[in-house]
Amino acid sequence: MTDADFLMWVRGPAFNVATVILCAGIVIRILEIFLMGRKPNLAEARGSEMVGGLSTMLHRSLPDAGTFKRSSLTVISGWVFHLGLFVVIFLFVPHILVFEQALGFGWPGLPSNIVDAIAVITIIALLVKLIHRLRDPVLRMLSEFSDYLSWFVTILPVVTGWLAFHRLGAPPPALIAVHILSVELLMVLFPFTKLSHAFTLWIARWYNGAISGYRGVRS
Amino acid sequence: MSGPSFQRGYNALKEEIDAPVAAFFSSCVHCGMCAEACLFFTETGDPKYTPIHKLDPLRKVWKQEYTFWGKLAKSLGISKPLTDQDLTDWETLVYDSCTMCGRCSMVCPVGNDLAYMIRKLREGMAVSGHAPPGLVGATRRAINIGSPMGVKLPALQAQIRSVEADTGLKVPLDVENVDYLLLLSSMEIMNFPEFIGAVAKIFDKAGVSWTISSEAFEATNSGIQIGVSDIAAELVQRIVDAAEKLKVKNVISPECGHAYMAIRWEGPNLVGKAFKFKVIHILELLDELRSQGRLKLKDKVESKLTYHDPCQIGRRGGVMEQPRHLLRELARDFVEMPEAGQMNWCCGAGGGVSSNERADDLRLIAFQRKKSQLDQIKVDGLVSACSNCRIHIEDGLEHYHMDLPVLSLTETLAEHLAD
Repeated sequence: MTDADFLMWVRGPAFNVATVILCAGIVIRILEIFLMGRKPNLAEARGSEMVGGLSTMLHRSLPDAGTFKRSSLTVISGWVFHLGLFVVIFLFVPHILVFEQALGFGWPGLPSNIVDAIAVITIIALLVKLIHRLRDPVLRMLSEFSDYLSWFVTILPVVTGWLAFHRLGAPPPALIAVHILSVELLMVLFPFTKLSHAFTLWIARWYNGAISGYRGVRS
Repeated sequence: MSGPSFQRGYNALKEEIDAPVAAFFSSCVHCGMCAEACLFFTETGDPKYTPIHKLDPLRKVWKQEYTFWGKLAKSLGISKPLTDQDLTDWETLVYDSCTMCGRCSMVCPVGNDLAYMIRKLREGMAVSGHAPPGLVGATRRAINIGSPMGVKLPALQAQIRSVEADTGLKVPLDVENVDYLLLLSSMEIMNFPEFIGAVAKIFDKAGVSWTISSEAFEATNSGIQIGVSDIAAELVQRIVDAAEKLKVKNVISPECGHAYMAIRWEGPNLVGKAFKFKVIHILELLDELRSQGRLKLKDKVESKLTYHDPCQIGRRGGVMEQPRHLLRELARDFVEMPEAGQMNWCCGAGGGVSSNERADDLRLIAFQRKKSQLDQIKVDGLVSACSNCRIHIEDGLEHYHMDLPVLSLTETLAEHLAD
């Protein structure tokens, strides 16, 4: 198989399979949650579940001042790599073209040199996350194989994308193919690792806020 | 009823898992931020006190029973199933080092309500025989005698006679068709009978019609602390029966954190039907009386006061503003502790920890968090609205050689009531 054949394969059949697994996996994970159901609350409500739920969905992204002080490394590195991933995935012009092909519409991107710098910052933030996980006693105790696997499949597309952008280490078609393949690996594992929190956390936050909101208090 | 067994515990855990629990475990990213929200971790530095770690037995059951990969791994025999030994190993984490204060539930960035899950985990722990002996004893006394401290009606009647002699007021017992039925915690009856006198004085001045029931005066509910819903429901049902028999419009939850959670929020769900009466916390009622101009004070407290939010009344119960309205009226110099209100730190003895003698040393270590909050504001008095918090805070202050009066909000209001 030539580099070009390989590229065709990852852009065609492999991508289609990864997309199906990603979508089906997310549906399964969300169904696994909602099919569990919840008993109706017979206590007289003091406040609104909906208001509490929506409020927590929004507010929980920012910690209170005391928590920020105590967990500043976790919060800052988390914000940096999440925002970094958002920029490199959704605001890099070649990516927007791919989305445009799939969705039928696009949006303005950022200049490549800015995305390049943000990719480096994202890689650094993810490395900080790994070192933190390996060194902090609480994180070390909580961590399982899947935590490291999730980290690996998250950083891999950023690194391969950065290498492809700079044409480092291999001919461009091979670099692009490896980059797309690393994205497909992420897509396949996404629903079945903690990466699925990107979808489920909105449900978790809603329940948390709704439980408190019902009692008339914000969480 | 069959005795405790691992299978009963496992089945109970399976039954407890619902959509919120599934959403919470699905979302955990192992960030460890809940550790820094837990006073048992911050004051010991021991990673085992990380709240999400305390939930590991429940997580295992969720994973192997309710997830695609977990079920697959179980059927292939490649997963490590939950064992009775796991529950044994987790007993102290679930009961001794968690007050179900819910501070971790406020901090988790993905929104996990960890206290909600600890409450559920205790259901499995208790029926599998992994509850602490202190709580088992308290629960047994609550069922057999009617009070976790073994307080019987004659003891209450004696305290009522004493209060009536002190105040010159009648404390109504078993009066029908009144507006309010007052519940009491055993600690109030035995350690702080002044509370009964304070309520009698305030209600007399405000013209509130009320009574105490001789058949259901106990507000506390060991069932929700140990995690046995059947028992919790039976204790709630006694109150429901008494309230319906006396045909009262409202039931007052006294100055006790978990009692409020038990009767106000869990009560109707435990007995399986909505109440015909309203449940109101004493602080809510006092604030209502204040706003209606029926709570008139003769003077203000001159010394500098702060307020300790009992977790189950404030953060978990929703009674947050009322004590502050009352304190601003009562005290000339009312100051908040750092991180007060929704983010307040627990005293360290709620959720059954105070009934669990095995946890005595640990709760005093955890108290250092409250101590450091108090050290930062230098007050002359601490006001709270939970007898359990009061007892433990007094214990902690004595342990750390701090001289600070701990006051009941209701009692302090009564002392400053206009004649």
